[in-house]
Amino acid sequence: MSYNWNWGIFWEASPEGVGTYLTMLLMGLRWTVATALLAWVVALVFGSIVGVMRTLPGRTIGIVASAYVEFFRNIPLLVQLFLWYFVLPELLPQAAGMWLKQLPNAPFWTGAIGVGLYMSARIAEQLRAGIKSLPRGQAMAGTALGLTTVQTYRYVLLPMAYRIIMPPLTSEFLNTIKNTSVALTIGLMELTARARAMQEFSFQVFEAFTAATLLYLALNAIVVFGMRRLEKAVAVPGYIAGK
Amino acid sequence: MKRLATVMALMALPGLAAAQDLSGTLKKVKETGTITIGHRESSVPFSYIDDKAKVVGYSMDICMKVVDAIKAELKMDKVEVKLVPVTSSTRIPLIANGTIDLECGSTTNNVERQKQVAYTNTHFLTASAFVSKKASNLKKIDDLKGKTVVSTAGSTNIKQVVEANAARNLGMTVLPAKDHAEAFLLVELGRASAFVMDDILLASLIASSREPGLYEISADAFSLPEPYGIMLRKDDAPFKALVDKSTAALFRSAEGGQIYNKWFMSPIPPKGLNLNVPMSEKMKKIFANPTDSPDPAAY
Amino acid sequence: MFTAFDFDVILRSLPYLFWDGMTFTLMLTALSALGGLVLGTLLALMRLSNLPILGAVATGYVNLMRSLPLVLVIFWFYFLVPYIGQIITGAERPVLVGGFASALITFTLFEAAYFSEIMRAGIQSIPKGQVSAGYALGLNYRQVTSYIVLPQALRNMLPVILTQAIVLFQDTSLVYVLSITDFLGAASKVAQRDGRLIEMYLFAALVYFLISFAASRLVRHLQTKTAIIR
Repeated sequence: MSYNWNWGIFWEASPEGVGTYLTMLLMGLRWTVATALLAWVVALVFGSIVGVMRTLPGRTIGIVASAYVEFFRNIPLLVQLFLWYFVLPELLPQAAGMWLKQLPNAPFWTGAIGVGLYMSARIAEQLRAGIKSLPRGQAMAGTALGLTTVQTYRYVLLPMAYRIIMPPLTSEFLNTIKNTSVALTIGLMELTARARAMQEFSFQVFEAFTAATLLYLALNAIVVFGMRRLEKAVAVPGYIAGK
Repeated sequence: MKRLATVMALMALPGLAAAQDLSGTLKKVKETGTITIGHRESSVPFSYIDDKAKVVGYSMDICMKVVDAIKAELKMDKVEVKLVPVTSSTRIPLIANGTIDLECGSTTNNVERQKQVAYTNTHFLTASAFVSKKASNLKKIDDLKGKTVVSTAGSTNIKQVVEANAARNLGMTVLPAKDHAEAFLLVELGRASAFVMDDILLASLIASSREPGLYEISADAFSLPEPYGIMLRKDDAPFKALVDKSTAALFRSAEGGQIYNKWFMSPIPPKGLNLNVPMSEKMKKIFANPTDSPDPAAY
Repeated sequence: MFTAFDFDVILRSLPYLFWDGMTFTLMLTALSALGGLVLGTLLALMRLSNLPILGAVATGYVNLMRSLPLVLVIFWFYFLVPYIGQIITGAERPVLVGGFASALITFTLFEAAYFSEIMRAGIQSIPKGQVSAGYALGLNYRQVTSYIVLPQALRNMLPVILTQAIVLFQDTSLVYVLSITDFLGAASKVAQRDGRLIEMYLFAALVYFLISFAASRLVRHLQTKTAIIR
């Protein structure tokens, strides 16, 4: 095999001048986590709004919400990121476009919001399924008690729905983490991009990718562990997942 | 030293021609009847895709001469040339893992890379500089303090920027781009203030841009002029000897100068622009005495 | 700079976009969906088999693939596949693997993990009594699996499998990171060459949208049809 292995490479200084190649990868991991967390917040907020809209009786609201879901579901994430990063600033008025481009850490904001919006369509679908899975009597009971629609959702439907969809939400969160790597195409220096840069600087392809793989596995394990505990804590008694 | 290398290369050859037991890349070409060449997409005028989606360029012409020499050496009527697009970041692993046999682009030859790959005789010399919009008034490296700077992922240039950033405490944000065209686009769009790259590539990017008058190349350079070489697999002495011999013969012949003039002194596709870069004294020297030295001081 | 929207650049590059780019994308999608389904079914059978080692290997593989970002997996295989080929064939040098073959191997191996989960659910949805009935009739494992279990599992899971294929169709755009000319790669090459980003990326988004949307509508239609029959 015409490949020179060098596992000591992680302890050699990286060209960035602030530590070793291992430091470089860990800095990438930090960006991956930061991007995934912001994307997750965006996904939950927009996904919840759109998911609820899809269960409301109004026809226009339903059409708007399903158009939103179809838009974000049927365009590849990579293309969506290109739209936000390259196309959007050119379509805005010049001053606004310039502000967007000059934003410090533009790849981070674009990547996090882009991944978040992409994931929000999937969360909306999960939440809709969660709400629909509740007995119709629950909403009716809310109305009978004199609650407004907002109150019914806030106090009756959503607390149940979110707890029911905890397991799929876990895997959507894992997907969010994985999807942040697509943002390397717009210059975000997250974990995969750092592994790539390490390969380019040191030519140690397989060492770099092995390290990135292990870091992703560790991140996954932590998230799965944390979410399982959360799932247990909020499980609805009387359901199969509950106690 | 240079002489010695040439002499040694020439001495290795007669044995090769007679040998029944070919090895490495030559054996592969003989057995499969194909040679795979890695090319670039936007390294004008070295290796790029023209308006008819054809791969052309100065390095490509040199490589085709090398292919002719291989054909003659192996006494084959026909060698099929397969083209694989590579980027700055994929080219070295792809040479090492056997996906491509020759990389014909704009690859800097340096000591570090020689741990993974080998280079034939230098075919160009260029220094690392940056391009920016005239309006932003950036002349020196220190002017880049706090700016967003783009360079091509996997190039020597991005490494130099990253190192300069740390050494001079410039606080720049360094964006990696997939290829030169994308990097230049980020400057054109205003996403980045400057693009650090080999000055010859910057000059051709500016010349082929929509409004060449908008841009300028910095006076400061990040490096001495560094050698470009065609890349091949490491530890394949017979193949390297043959490639070295054929490129050396080409550079010394009149045809070498003609190929240079075709790409640097005449209109080139896709837009028929003329880069107008006459052969420098140093270039004339390496054409007369071909060398594969990775040391910029040797030129 | 980008004041006028230029439809002409789209028209001029249509043959390149569709003949070079879309052909690559669709071929890659179809072949790796097929390969992924076959391999995924094998993995699912391994996981449900009585041999603990087989089950552990399959589970480990599926979990590993599902934990990694596709982009990282694409990089891994692009550089690794020639060496694997060398080991498998015992050749003295890394085996030459072209861009298409490399992408095909990557997506087949990656998607197999996802298809195996689908097929596992499909197989588990078959009542145990049917399998017992098969054995009672004197059929062996292979016969029970290929004549009773898999045809029904495939049929029940067809909408899910097709939905996954649509996801795969979108995911193939990620070969962009390797500079391979798929549909998006072709669009971005034209975009960068002619400085027509807006036109090309919007057009690419539109094409992906129309194909995915139409395909998912078809799947939904199919779903209601099969649901009625059952």
